[in-house]
Amino acid sequence: MGRKLLLDKVNVPGIREYEVYRREGGYRSVEKALKTMSPDAVTEEVKKSGLRGRGGAGFPTGMKWGLLAKPEGVPRYLVVNADESEPGTFKDRYLMEYIPHLLIEGIITSSYAIGSNRSYIYIRGEFAWIVDILEQAITEAKNNGWLGKNILGSGFDCEIYVQRGAGAYICGEETALLESLEGKRGNPRIKPPFPAVKGLWDCPTVVNNVETIAAVVPIINDGGEEYAKMGIGKSTGTKLISACGNIKKPGVYEIDMTISVEEFIYSDEYCGGIANGRKLKACIPGGSSVPVLPANLLLTTAKGEKRMMTYESLADGGFATGTMMGSGGFIVLDDTQCVVKHTYTLARFYRHESCGQCSPCREGTGWMEKILLNIENGKGKMSDIDLLWDIQRKVEGNTICPLGDAAAWPVAAAIRHFRDEFEWHVNNPEDCLRRNYGLAGYADPVPPTPKGELAGA
Amino acid sequence: MSVQFSDQAMQEVKRIINFYPEGKQKSAVIPVLHLAQQEFGGWLSVETMDCVASILNLKPIEVYEVATFYSMYYLKPVGKYIFEVCQTGPCMLNGSDDIIKYIYEKLGIKPGGTTADGMFTLKTVECLGACGYAPIMQLGKNYREHLTKEKVDAIIEECRRSQAQNN
Repeated sequence: MGRKLLLDKVNVPGIREYEVYRREGGYRSVEKALKTMSPDAVTEEVKKSGLRGRGGAGFPTGMKWGLLAKPEGVPRYLVVNADESEPGTFKDRYLMEYIPHLLIEGIITSSYAIGSNRSYIYIRGEFAWIVDILEQAITEAKNNGWLGKNILGSGFDCEIYVQRGAGAYICGEETALLESLEGKRGNPRIKPPFPAVKGLWDCPTVVNNVETIAAVVPIINDGGEEYAKMGIGKSTGTKLISACGNIKKPGVYEIDMTISVEEFIYSDEYCGGIANGRKLKACIPGGSSVPVLPANLLLTTAKGEKRMMTYESLADGGFATGTMMGSGGFIVLDDTQCVVKHTYTLARFYRHESCGQCSPCREGTGWMEKILLNIENGKGKMSDIDLLWDIQRKVEGNTICPLGDAAAWPVAAAIRHFRDEFEWHVNNPEDCLRRNYGLAGYADPVPPTPKGELAGA
Repeated sequence: MSVQFSDQAMQEVKRIINFYPEGKQKSAVIPVLHLAQQEFGGWLSVETMDCVASILNLKPIEVYEVATFYSMYYLKPVGKYIFEVCQTGPCMLNGSDDIIKYIYEKLGIKPGGTTADGMFTLKTVECLGACGYAPIMQLGKNYREHLTKEKVDAIIEECRRSQAQNN
């Protein structure tokens, strides 16, 4: 049983309420930071912890804070990215819904470190009921002296506000999020300047994911070095993994990044194996944007080593044979699932969510969706597979923000590892068509061609 | 038709504007549009958007360009109950296609359509961020999770009962 730092108290009855959270040791990090540490000392602990951004990019958090510009007389802002929209990812929702004070505590401590007197939680618009939960927690924290003016007599002022989005995946990209927070369309900005220099209302801004900010609490409580002792190499501390798809026990799991992918999928402590007595066919371990891997490469790296649930091990082999930790959205496909169809739903997602600013992404995502739908419906040609490959290459790296890459990678990986399944669709159009419901775009899963790389059961 | 927020809604607008530093009330446009949609029949008419613009001291175009960008705003009338069914990867793996098809058969509306009595709209949406509880849909403020045909039946009944009570 791995040690937990974020969700260890999540099952305590009433932990959503302030009194219970406080009784269980809540808000100690704020006391410690504001009474005994300088803001720079807090940042130093976060640097020592090796904490990496939990939203997907994995950028070192302490370094991000250290890069923040601090011109005289200009306000600085902390913005928490709660725009959780990456398919397969639902960890932040869980944390905010069940232990909201952990996030509020993390925001106060982090705001102190970077000198933000006004911090925002930008939450996706669909999570309407969680806005109420967070506002309740903020009110409770304020009533108990953890927010407002001169907190704990330290001279530090802080307020937290919750801003709801309105349905746009792109607003999870930090500069699009800032545009949205300023009341505009969520079009990403060209970087540089980075938000650390010119962010919200042109002021220096740190944008961090919910889980990242929550992790600051145990880091300050126990010290950065203690946190860094957990995990392997540069994957320190714990990571929330939201597991979904065809597994027995979908849900949010806190892992300490020392377990193998195999253990994560098959152990009863985590996913509990593949549902309905099926076999593992493929998996997207870090949210829909990261490359899909077939079972054999997922469990064992190309070097023949056991693949671990760490940033480095998941990425081992590059995109040729590896993938990424990403946001920790762990999507499992069993052997009845069609990779072409699954990839089509992701392509549709990215076409829908492209902001339209950059031509390669705006046009490319639409092309990829249409070609994939054609192939899925038995209307594809062999040359379409190469065309698809060509388009994804023209989208990747040619856009202002990473949405272009995020749209290209799943398509590239699907062709790279499951090309025979694409070819099967082209060679068996009747089989594809017969399974179509007749409602445009809604086709039944096609049984895949048998592959020699299924695992488990 | 002139559009006017209720006193209670205006209180909420003022609370939201206070989230932002002085002069930055443009930031309030997204939450205020949510509120407007709720106040004025579940969708945003041009009059409603103009009203939001005047409250926030913005040009109407600044409101239109936001309202047309985000998928949660409706620019045309919709049914009283909107079934926003997720259809992205993880929900698809757990049978969201069957759920969409079942709603289509049961209510006779394709995605994007509204029943003749104005009760139900079916909308397919992209990832709602609840993949572990798939298949799911959003109904009003909340999610309905682990959907089955039986659950869809019960939800439709629940909406009809709720509507009958309100009349």
